[in-house]
Amino acid sequence: MSKNTKTVVILLIVAALIAIVPLFALKGAEFGGSDDAGSQMIEEIHGEYEPWFTPVLESMLGGELPGEVESLIFCLQTGIGVGILSFFMGRFVERKKLQKELGRQ
Amino acid sequence: MTSKQKKVVTLAAAFALCFGITPVVSAMHIMEGYLPATFCIAWGVICVPFVIAGFFSIRKTLRENRRALTILAMSGAFVFVISSLKIPSVTGSCSHMTGTGLGAILFGPSAVSILGIIVLLFQAILLAHGGLTTLGANTFSMAIAGPFVSYGIYKLCQKLNVNRKVSIFLAACLGDLFTYCVTSIQLAVAYPSEQGGIAASAVKFLGIFAPTQMPLAVIEGILTVIIMIGLESFALPELKSIGFIKEGKAHE
Repeated sequence: MSKNTKTVVILLIVAALIAIVPLFALKGAEFGGSDDAGSQMIEEIHGEYEPWFTPVLESMLGGELPGEVESLIFCLQTGIGVGILSFFMGRFVERKKLQKELGRQ
Repeated sequence: MTSKQKKVVTLAAAFALCFGITPVVSAMHIMEGYLPATFCIAWGVICVPFVIAGFFSIRKTLRENRRALTILAMSGAFVFVISSLKIPSVTGSCSHMTGTGLGAILFGPSAVSILGIIVLLFQAILLAHGGLTTLGANTFSMAIAGPFVSYGIYKLCQKLNVNRKVSIFLAACLGDLFTYCVTSIQLAVAYPSEQGGIAASAVKFLGIFAPTQMPLAVIEGILTVIIMIGLESFALPELKSIGFIKEGKAHE
């Protein structure tokens, strides 16, 4: 168990490092919306390209989704996921604890 | 963690860092309206059998035991979380991971197609990220091709008696990478370059995706291993009930 804990901690640190290092290594970089880059590539290969369909939400709003709202929805997505994950994980952890206690009695 | 594992992780991290500074471009899902209509329909049609198979596969799993529902929900939630995190990469742009490896390893690749579609719909409708017209193509790359590779690699590693954590890492990591390879090929087929045709175009698109995605694939592998360690420590009965861990075989 403690071996697992150690593994988890090391792995988390490695993951965090991989994510954070570029941020410091490439100080001038934009880290911008990467979707646009793909579209630029299409234009480079294909010449001018006009998307033939605008996202439903954008046509309803009559423009792009405001950046702040976009991050809100992204957070919502993360939140829903983390909520479900931690809810079940919490239940599993408690269950194991309870089983151990019952076993001792 | 065995020393072998440590070596693999360090190697992978070093490899990822070596990519250093490459042109500032990348992309994730294919954007709304950026794929000609015929291709949208074609990819959509290709997805249909997989999605139907996924539906039946999930129904069968749940009918056989209701307990699997919790793990299924967790795999779905994992895709939700992972694909919402945009992470800065060595190329100077952000991209996100797919998170489909976990579900593929636990429930088989077709079940993940359902989980993937839910996430893609959420992002396409609410975030204008990906798109409804390109849903078919994106589903194929993220929820079908990637998971199938993950599943295949995991099974292969099992056959070769590779350590389970390493197999999980490889499966999730390579599945993620493959997703973006498929995206490149999809774009290349739709936009063949004037000189050199589809192949030249594919190389170009791969050139943008691969370097950005490489470190993220490593992170995805790591996170999948972490969640799996958690599940193995606390949800052993569920993992046994879906047949992931054989009865009586203690976990490492």
